[in-house]
Amino acid sequence: MNRFPFSAIVAQDEMKQALLLAAVDPAIGGVMVFGDRGTGKSTAARALAAILPPITAVEGCRFGCAPPDAGTCPDPCTSKKTAKRAVPFVDLPLGATEDRVIGALDLERALRSGEKRFEPGLLAKAHRGFLYIDEINLLEDHLVDLLLDVAASGENLVEREGLSVRHKAKFVLIGSGNPEEGELRPQLLDRFGLSVEVRTPQTLDARVEIMRRCAAHERDAAAFCEEWAPADAKIVRRIARGRTRLPEVETPDEVLYDASRLCMGCKADGLRGELTLMRAARALAALEGAKTVQRKHVIAVAPMALRHRLRRDVLDETGSTTRIERAVVEVFG
Amino acid sequence: MTAQLAPAAEDAALALRAFALWPAGFGGLWLRGPGPARDALMERLGAAVRLRRMPAHIDGERLHGGIDLASSLAAGRSVARTGFLDEARGSVVVAPLAERISPALAGSVAQALDQCDPEARFGLVLLDDAAERDEAPPLSLTERLAFACDLGEASPAGLAGTNLPEPIASPSDIPACSAEGLEALAMVSLALGVDSGRALRFAALTAGASAHLAGRKAVNESDLAVAARLVLAPRATRLPPPPEEDQALPPPPPPPPPPADSEPDTPGDENREDTGTPDPDQLIEAAAAAIPPGLLEAIASGRTRRGSGSGGGARHLSPLRGRPLAARQGLPRGGARLALIDTLRAAVPWQALRREPGETRSGLRIMKDDVRVRRYEARSASVTIFAVDASGSAAFARLSEAKGAVELLLAQAYVKRTEVALVAFRGSEAQLLLPPTRSLTRARRALTELPGGGGTPLASGLSLVCTLGTGLLRRGYTPLLVVLTDGRGNIALDGSTNRAAATEDAAKAARAIAAAGLSGVVIDISPRPRREAAAIASAMQARYVPLPQASARTLSKVIEALT
Repeated sequence: MNRFPFSAIVAQDEMKQALLLAAVDPAIGGVMVFGDRGTGKSTAARALAAILPPITAVEGCRFGCAPPDAGTCPDPCTSKKTAKRAVPFVDLPLGATEDRVIGALDLERALRSGEKRFEPGLLAKAHRGFLYIDEINLLEDHLVDLLLDVAASGENLVEREGLSVRHKAKFVLIGSGNPEEGELRPQLLDRFGLSVEVRTPQTLDARVEIMRRCAAHERDAAAFCEEWAPADAKIVRRIARGRTRLPEVETPDEVLYDASRLCMGCKADGLRGELTLMRAARALAALEGAKTVQRKHVIAVAPMALRHRLRRDVLDETGSTTRIERAVVEVFG
Repeated sequence: MTAQLAPAAEDAALALRAFALWPAGFGGLWLRGPGPARDALMERLGAAVRLRRMPAHIDGERLHGGIDLASSLAAGRSVARTGFLDEARGSVVVAPLAERISPALAGSVAQALDQCDPEARFGLVLLDDAAERDEAPPLSLTERLAFACDLGEASPAGLAGTNLPEPIASPSDIPACSAEGLEALAMVSLALGVDSGRALRFAALTAGASAHLAGRKAVNESDLAVAARLVLAPRATRLPPPPEEDQALPPPPPPPPPPADSEPDTPGDENREDTGTPDPDQLIEAAAAAIPPGLLEAIASGRTRRGSGSGGGARHLSPLRGRPLAARQGLPRGGARLALIDTLRAAVPWQALRREPGETRSGLRIMKDDVRVRRYEARSASVTIFAVDASGSAAFARLSEAKGAVELLLAQAYVKRTEVALVAFRGSEAQLLLPPTRSLTRARRALTELPGGGGTPLASGLSLVCTLGTGLLRRGYTPLLVVLTDGRGNIALDGSTNRAAATEDAAKAARAIAAAGLSGVVIDISPRPRREAAAIASAMQARYVPLPQASARTLSKVIEALT
């Protein structure tokens, strides 16, 4: 399958940056992408998952256990062999039922042979990969609650129909939606690590380039992907380097103070703002190959880490990005 | 051959021929308006490709496939069933009653349309029978289809001559657009405010298909015009800017960019001079002429296609959540969950009978009829409909208070699950400024440019509110009407300035509201409350609240107390 290459996506730099940061440090806690339809949101997410190097998992394990975790899943997996598998990318459909998402009692077995067996759901499938939800603002609220809860804890706990099952479910949650079609509750929005806003480029050249690349991809997908393979490989190397460097990146105290001052300056609610801001800045430093986090990293990630955490003032129409930029100027001069 | 056709039908025939070239590449067609022309088109298509009908109420189990529980129980072994989407590979799916497709189903189908494996892709034809403009198939689907055609009552005569072309062998058979051609299309997309990458892709592809259909190897200007007309025009969100140096005609307010803080639009004007052929101005004109009627009014009233058909909100009947009711016989599909205990309870009394003589197998024998599912009763979502009297001199003050109240209510909407709609009446008739929505962003945009002044078409306002309210009631919402007026209408329903007729019409409309069983409140906003508004309230069988100094906060408090 020749998906549209990640590096061939025209413009949308902020979204690509946010996805890379989440790939370097999944603990950032997911990315929320706001924007119109047809702006390449799902294309970017899929493309990123497709280029990441395959993961190693216990052979045949239904829960995708990493070799060191072998036997910790509910089955439990017993195989001593390991196998490579592609980084999971699960596209959660809007109409998904709770059963399909968290997993459920295997009905057929329960009714026919009386065996109580857990049928893993999409959360198990997304373990160690990406879970993408288009139109998350139209998803049933209880499902969104559940997803964010699992994404934060990295574990899916099922207590229903007489089942009591827990399994690992660590994934990068990517949500997308158009705020014009209904808002996401602020308390849910706050649980996303980063949020970006995308829009189709408004310049002629970029639009022509979009059409040109789409046409080239359609005409001969294999050749098009080949052409972009070196650029994609470069991104993969950057992510891999970023991941290895991440634990060694130092965070000086003054940068911590910077982050706190910035959060206070733009009146971001809750502590999650500071934490995400620091994590994202560290990931950016790692991605760029810096040894220590600097103020410029904090400033660079501030809009995407804080945008969705500002207190909503119904009567103030200033955009949140503007408010953050203003705070940056006020705090750092 | 197509000379006697109405332009709509002619375009539809052209779209159909392009679609038949490469169904999966073009995504599909959205055909609006039941009629003989559409039947004729579908007949043509059916003769050329394999069609599969997808009922609007198809459930998730059938869609994705899986274990067929009923047959499995009957056969005593697991019987798998392929899902509809798998069966649809390589064919064209026809969805009748497309305006009734739920957002959930649309999400699954959209996902399948996005597949990149060329073997698994399919084309989709949405047959949209919606009578009103505010009903439409879900945006997640229409966005992924290249063409939208409004056939209306077009005559099928002449369509019989439409010959569908052979499907192309490979995508590279479709000629590519030149650089100038792409630039011209990009310019049209900017001028019409078409902001989707998919639309750009479809436009370039359509231009190529048009050239291919005409037997040419290169795309010329007429092909670009076809692409602009068929793909870009139906997606317009604003009118093209008027020709340069012609500021006399004020363009309707272009919708501001959706995310609050992206940079302002950069119109494509500055690049106009340096393109030789083809002339983008002409293309834009051609595209503007093809913008479907009705879209312009929608743009003018701030109501663009982008919001419609989505935000379905909560349905009042839910197999998933809400207050639990008694379990009922049925199969766990379509989201319904198995009620295990009830199923066992239903099966137990029959075990002795079901066991065959001499059988040693232990365990329960469960038949399909034993299976019970859980049911829940969910509360229906409520919609607060504001009807604001925007006439006369005090209009500005009242309007801004009403706007404030709408925004305050919306800020609470995520807690109370309410949606808000706004009707304003002034001048000669009432207007729906904000269709029911939960989106603060959208509401704010609709509210920014709300004019005031003129006569008081109270009757028109009340009847619009009544239509809106009954429609919502039918769709399972609970509407609450909030009418802000002084009760002194002076424009009759027919638009004439006649106080007596206006009062009579208003009373009639108010009684219609009462008869429809809509609950509401009349807020008297005149400085000295008088009888008229109270009379309207009593005819509506609604509560009457005189509130001479209404502020946004007191208003929203009153309404909150009522909901």
